[in-house]
Amino acid sequence: MADAVIGQVTDRATARPRRFGLRSAMRRKSMTAFLMTSPLILLIALLVVYPALYSVNLATLNRSMEHFVGFGNFLFLFNRETFWMVVRQSCIFALTAVLFKAIFGFVVAHFVHNIPAKGQRKWRGMLLVPWVIPPAMSCLAWLWLFDPSYSAFNWVFEKFGIGPIPWTGDAMWARFSVILVNVWIGAPFFMIMYLAALKSVPEQLYEAAAVDGANFLQRTWYVTLPMMRNIIAITALFSLIVTFANFDIVRILTAGGPIDLTHVFATWAFRVGIEVGDIPLGASVSLFMVPILTVAAIFILRDINRRGNEA
Amino acid sequence: MRGKLTRRRFLATTAASTALIAMPYVRGSHAAGRLSIGFWDHWVPSANNTSKALVEEWVAKEKVEVLVDYIPTQGQKLLLTIAAEAQAKSGHDILALSTWLPSDHANQLEPVDDIVEPLIKQNGALNATVEYLGKSQGRWIAVPATIGSQIKGPCSRIDLMKQHAGIDVQAMYPAGAPPKAENWTLEAFLKAAEACQKAGFPFGIGLGTTPDSVDTAGAIFHSFGAMLVDAKGNVTVKSDPVRQALEYYTKLAKFFPPDAPAWDDASNNKWLISGRGALIMNPPSAWAVAKRDAPQVAEQCWTHGMASGPKGRFAPCVPYFWGIWSFGKNKDAAKSLLVHLSQPAAIEKLVAASGGYDLPPFANLTTLKTWAEEGPPKGTLYHYPNPYNHQVLSIAGAPAPPKIAVQIYIQGVMTKMTVRHLQGEPMEKTLAWAENEVEGFLRT
Repeated sequence: MADAVIGQVTDRATARPRRFGLRSAMRRKSMTAFLMTSPLILLIALLVVYPALYSVNLATLNRSMEHFVGFGNFLFLFNRETFWMVVRQSCIFALTAVLFKAIFGFVVAHFVHNIPAKGQRKWRGMLLVPWVIPPAMSCLAWLWLFDPSYSAFNWVFEKFGIGPIPWTGDAMWARFSVILVNVWIGAPFFMIMYLAALKSVPEQLYEAAAVDGANFLQRTWYVTLPMMRNIIAITALFSLIVTFANFDIVRILTAGGPIDLTHVFATWAFRVGIEVGDIPLGASVSLFMVPILTVAAIFILRDINRRGNEA
Repeated sequence: MRGKLTRRRFLATTAASTALIAMPYVRGSHAAGRLSIGFWDHWVPSANNTSKALVEEWVAKEKVEVLVDYIPTQGQKLLLTIAAEAQAKSGHDILALSTWLPSDHANQLEPVDDIVEPLIKQNGALNATVEYLGKSQGRWIAVPATIGSQIKGPCSRIDLMKQHAGIDVQAMYPAGAPPKAENWTLEAFLKAAEACQKAGFPFGIGLGTTPDSVDTAGAIFHSFGAMLVDAKGNVTVKSDPVRQALEYYTKLAKFFPPDAPAWDDASNNKWLISGRGALIMNPPSAWAVAKRDAPQVAEQCWTHGMASGPKGRFAPCVPYFWGIWSFGKNKDAAKSLLVHLSQPAAIEKLVAASGGYDLPPFANLTTLKTWAEEGPPKGTLYHYPNPYNHQVLSIAGAPAPPKIAVQIYIQGVMTKMTVRHLQGEPMEKTLAWAENEVEGFLRT
């Protein structure tokens, strides 16, 4: 019915194109949808697009923000040993954390999936707790557990004659600590996504595999994983972006130390931009994440599209 | 109908009440315009009341409407506020600026020579570090503040130093009398650190990149005449004084707690208060908390001067400032208020309210009764403000031009050098790394 009305208006508009252009546009469904979403679009433009463009602008200025230097800040960074150390650490941090989150999420999702429906909701709720607690708060709790001088872990280990372990004082342990906390916070997200994917795998496929004599590993490899591939890819991409841009965990637990060996892009950008007062260089450091994440996003989304077309 | 509380009226009333409660202090007599101030939120609760009372005193006289915000440094809130206001060119008229911020924002701050010079004549000279940080191109760009300014000298345990290192810190720095610290040298400091570490009470000095760690390293480096960049901006990392300072500090750091590279500014306080250490480098905040939480520790604490090195006796000094934005709306009123807050009577009240923590930057105001009377033990803070001027007050990174020095300071280059060398990196490799880092700081 609505289409017919639009059609009539269009006919009239063809006869007198300028007179009723606005009215016809207003009657289109797409225009209505646009108008209804425009507050959100405006909000995103204000809070996301404007800051993004502003940071691009900042990244092209000199330290005192008086002169345009083009790519000068990026070229400067490319010659800094510390910057490449931060790039390396960010990659190690993000890739390791996402990998372990995916593994733990996958395993725990299977456990939860196999719990009888009656008790499953309780377990799902409990397992989501690390993800729903504000990270700043949970990181403070972890900080007490890892405290250099008064670590609760070390206090327990001491009873068994182990340690003390320099959780945040030694480069290797400090990296381990920040990755561990990131996995602890992020794994429940993977778990819930994978659980949803598992529930959508048709039971008949498992029955058919069982008839063919497939064992658990074969069922996982040939049935579960192919059916979950898109969810795994999307979850990994989303988590990779969030983990790459992580700030709070590193900032609270190690502040980038010892001797800068746990700095990631966001903490290094804060150090350089806000604490040192070199805002253009800080903006350049944070913008350096964009090409890395864009490449990752293109590859993962292309793979998803290809499989979508195959389906 | 008039008396009925509609939803809309309820919301409006709630919003208005919330806004009123959120404003910590508004005084309106409007005759001379408005003034907004962002003070540092003091960790001593009653200290804010005193600054508020002083502002009220001034308001009663000047008839200016004033809004005061107390902004904490936790989570870098003050730093973020300053950065945001500098970007937006809008915000408070007066802001508390920590150590390096006046030079960071020099071109956006109103010159204040017209009030600082008369204050110097009235209250005595300012030390070279305050001048180095508060002046740009020969002009004062911020007013040296009492609130927040501090010296981070040693705070020792009287009993542990006597028992394990054979040093009587009270005899060395007697309350009410000049120091007798001729033998208090860096060599003596090293021996004391070793003795206390062997006795199970290591000196609690951090090797992280937060200010407490960096300030101590800076004072030690200055004691050897070591600077990473000189006043003209030349990189001087590969020099003999730097080698000597690094060698000494690495030797000393072997007697620090093994987790010192991970320490932040809370770690040394906790170390002293828990009774695990014989000395920390800190203003008397740790002692003040110990008074409340561990009185048996507090009554054994004595704040005193730094040990002297081959080039003199240097103590870390961390001044605070009050700056007036050049885009501020009421600069005359702002200057008038800052003069009021810098009068000797006002300063005496501020020092008393902070329990002696805040230090006036002026030479004539280092012998106020608060430091003589605070305790236990009585006189524990007597030497905190450097009353006999027997040590040079310095800041890590100086004398490099402030734009370079701030990077050396915030990046903790000297503590990182120490940790690298301590972990076995050869001296020359550490120096090469530091030189490369510092060269990057020369960027304009």
